[in-house]
Amino acid sequence: MSNIEKEARKKIRRAAINKNWTLFKQSRLGIVGLGIVLFFAFLAVLQPILFLTGVWNEGVYDPVVGYEPERFELLVVECPQQYPTEKYQEPNDCPARGEVNKVLVFDPSVSVGDYYETSLQPAPPSSKHILGTDSLGRDIFSQLMEGSQVAFLLGLLSATVGVALSTILGSIAAFFGGRVDAYLMRQSDLVLMLPFLPLLFIISAFVELKVWHLAVVLGILGGLGGSVITIKSAALQVKVKPFVDSARITGGSRMRILFSHILPNVAPLALLFMVFSVTGAIASESVLSFLGLLNIDMSWGLMIYLSQTDGYIFSGLKYWWLILPAGLSVTFLAGGFYLVGRGLDEVFNPRLRDR
Amino acid sequence: MDENILEVKNLNMHYETISGDVAAVKDITFHVKKGESFGLVGESGCGKTSVAMSLVQLQADNAKISSGSITLDGQELIGLSENELRSVRWDGISIVFQGAMNAWNPVIKIGEQIREAIREHYPNNTKLQNIEKIKELFEMVGLSETIIDRFPHELSGGMKQRAVIALALSCNPKLVIADEPTTALDVVIQDQILNEIKKVQDLLGLSLIYISHDIAVIAEMTERMAVMYAGRIVESGPTKDIFANPRHSYTRALLESTPSVVGDKVKLNSLDGEPPSLIDEEFGCSFSPRCSNPTENCKSGKSEMGLIEVAEDHFADKCCVECG
Amino acid sequence: MKKNLIEVKNLEKYFETSAGLFSRKKSTIKAVDGISFEIPFGESLGLVGQSGCGKTTTARALCLLDEKTSGEINFYNSDTKNMESIDNLNDEELKSFRRNIQMIFQDPYESLNPRWNIKDIILEPLNIHNIGSLNEREDAVVEILKTVGLTPPENYLPRYPHELSGGQRQRVSIARTLIMKPKFVVCDEPTSMLDVSIRISIMDLMLNLAKDLEVSYLYITHDLAVARYMCNRIAVMFNGKIVEIAETEELLKNPVHPYTKRLISSIPVPDPTYERVVYDIDFTELENIISTDTKNIGMVDIGNEHFVATHDVKGIL
Repeated sequence: MSNIEKEARKKIRRAAINKNWTLFKQSRLGIVGLGIVLFFAFLAVLQPILFLTGVWNEGVYDPVVGYEPERFELLVVECPQQYPTEKYQEPNDCPARGEVNKVLVFDPSVSVGDYYETSLQPAPPSSKHILGTDSLGRDIFSQLMEGSQVAFLLGLLSATVGVALSTILGSIAAFFGGRVDAYLMRQSDLVLMLPFLPLLFIISAFVELKVWHLAVVLGILGGLGGSVITIKSAALQVKVKPFVDSARITGGSRMRILFSHILPNVAPLALLFMVFSVTGAIASESVLSFLGLLNIDMSWGLMIYLSQTDGYIFSGLKYWWLILPAGLSVTFLAGGFYLVGRGLDEVFNPRLRDR
Repeated sequence: MDENILEVKNLNMHYETISGDVAAVKDITFHVKKGESFGLVGESGCGKTSVAMSLVQLQADNAKISSGSITLDGQELIGLSENELRSVRWDGISIVFQGAMNAWNPVIKIGEQIREAIREHYPNNTKLQNIEKIKELFEMVGLSETIIDRFPHELSGGMKQRAVIALALSCNPKLVIADEPTTALDVVIQDQILNEIKKVQDLLGLSLIYISHDIAVIAEMTERMAVMYAGRIVESGPTKDIFANPRHSYTRALLESTPSVVGDKVKLNSLDGEPPSLIDEEFGCSFSPRCSNPTENCKSGKSEMGLIEVAEDHFADKCCVECG
Repeated sequence: MKKNLIEVKNLEKYFETSAGLFSRKKSTIKAVDGISFEIPFGESLGLVGQSGCGKTTTARALCLLDEKTSGEINFYNSDTKNMESIDNLNDEELKSFRRNIQMIFQDPYESLNPRWNIKDIILEPLNIHNIGSLNEREDAVVEILKTVGLTPPENYLPRYPHELSGGQRQRVSIARTLIMKPKFVVCDEPTSMLDVSIRISIMDLMLNLAKDLEVSYLYITHDLAVARYMCNRIAVMFNGKIVEIAETEELLKNPVHPYTKRLISSIPVPDPTYERVVYDIDFTELENIISTDTKNIGMVDIGNEHFVATHDVKGIL
């Protein structure tokens, strides 16, 4: 390869990236989605850096075993028998923030009106724990970052497995046709008919599901389902293109045509599928964790699950830092990937592109 | 007879795209006389369809007419409201698009679709009157009456295209624009359609603008013609004069590169190079890179483009007339 | 006596279609219905007819893309110096035989893989047949790009098809086709989608290459004017059958079959002073005669190597 050729190649690649980026930029939603995804990626990467540089002490901030409760001085009060009173409107108001019910202080030396020093779990956001701590005194923000790592790992791994599977099977179905096609299509129908969550419940009953197990299971289920049918129809369109005929006339083998001609041409569609299926994987993980069916150290779904088992989930917004950060993270990251998919659609979809 | 039905003066139109403005129509001036058929010939991307779209103001959303005037029978079309345009579009000008035969709604009978168009413009007509009208139109374009009750997929390409022509004629337009109406059709069917168009034109005294990339079709169909290149008209005039005495190198190249089945087999000459990108700024004559005989002025980009009259009613681009 | 490169005898290609969703009845479409022709070395045959007449089906059968229903295709074997049927080849022989036949397609936008750059596209045949070392292959690509007029080659090698114009893409197609030095190239309307001014340069290129590389073309087109420019002989096809076949000028000056006459008289003439007279025929009747007259199958030589189908067409003459 001559130098001129290398130069030209570099230039062309840069031009192609520029053009695709321009197209992607046109979709505002795509940009918003990309921003969200990058934000969470930043969070995921930030945590290990904080530990390594010693900004965070692992004993305190570790998302699973870290522990350092905040110390608080609480005003000891006595909750009235009857509501409303002058101070409290209803039972939920007592004790108010910064107060503790005398009945709950099992220390006879303490009396109403005293200040009682205690550790508060879960503690609300403070300068030390910017999103507060959970009921075991662990830092929520650190958990959120850990959850972000899990979400990326799970989402990308399952999407990769799924898309690789559906692209290969879809292309094979289109290329070989006949019985192979018929078998693969019936298989897709079958997988499509399976109720997704109940199936996962059953699997988790037999197998201890770890994150990457789940990723593979989700990937396989996603990769055998409807996306095979869609990829197949795309591959069928490629199969009848003259350049495929041209390769056949020249004597190209079936494998060559399948892998060099058909696969690269359905790849953009597959990439689109991949981005969209990340959304599904993240959501599924949350549901399974929330139901306590995964053997997993920490994840967003698990954070919500813990707040539920500890009884905080129905407390409304009083303990918001236990529920909202994790819930919003699931929503935003899943949504973010979806929006990136919409943006990519703008780039890949020739119908939208020809403007 | 010498009255002009359509006059286009200094029309400029461009498309706004993400890669920049594409100047599709540059300083176009021509006129069509009453009852005449006028040909517009040029390669793909030369702006001939853009001209047609501007005439009926049906251009794409990102197309902007920056200057110029279009007068149809004395009425200025540029600046009309959407409502006024709608009445002009069928009563005044109607257009047969390239590939229009594939634009029929597949689930509605052909007759019904034409009747709808007629009803829109003649709301007082009875159903029977409309059907009579359609029968008349079908007879004109050589379709049998039974086609009225057929669905589009039951017809062949040629029949569908005839029906499109019937539709275009349904509201008695003064001017019909035919934009490559036979491009996707076989030669024999093309021949039949061309005959039909000629016959109808004679019968109704229609004015016709015939757009094509095929100079042979233009030679047969039109009395006057214009040759377009890179958004500009480079030569216009009576068809016979242009064929007998082409003054622009591009016209000459087109004539020399069209094979024929009659006469002796002649060596055809090719035109090297590609048409210029319409995004780039123009420097001098846009044809000069492909010109067989450019002058120094041409090559340095100093020459200016613009039509001058070289013979009666025969215009050609200044630059090329100077080149010889 | 001219040496033939390829001989086609009674080639038939039928398609089966089922009549309806729940119907078991099948009907047969005779896309190519017993056609015969031969192409001598270095000569080109034009196959002309309207869309649906079976010319593309013929091309695909000749390129071994689709299996023929019956008939013989014999090809000159340069080792044994004999005509040999391509049906008898085993897999390995077939693969090496494929070097001899190539095809150029109509649509320059679809005939090049959009995800490959020009270099890889042209290299592919060499890679498939494992010809030469990697360096030799690259040199061959550079050489062939020069031959088809894409210079300097370095500018084109790394580019992708969508960055080229229609004419340039068709040149790439031709380069890819010719890099194997085939003896026989099937051209399926290779210039019909190109602009007039570019069309002639592509046709000239193909003509020159045919002369230099001793390639024979089967040139498929609906445009007799183009066929006249490209071919020594022309075969006119109608409803799956060849109705007339002759030397190009002989066919144009002296057409015998009514369909040929109709076809020739349908072509617009680029001369406003020329009065074209259309030779009108009844197509339904012609179709009936051709599909029902099974007694008189065959071609008769009326002199000058001018063959006409023998079915009874007096009724429409």
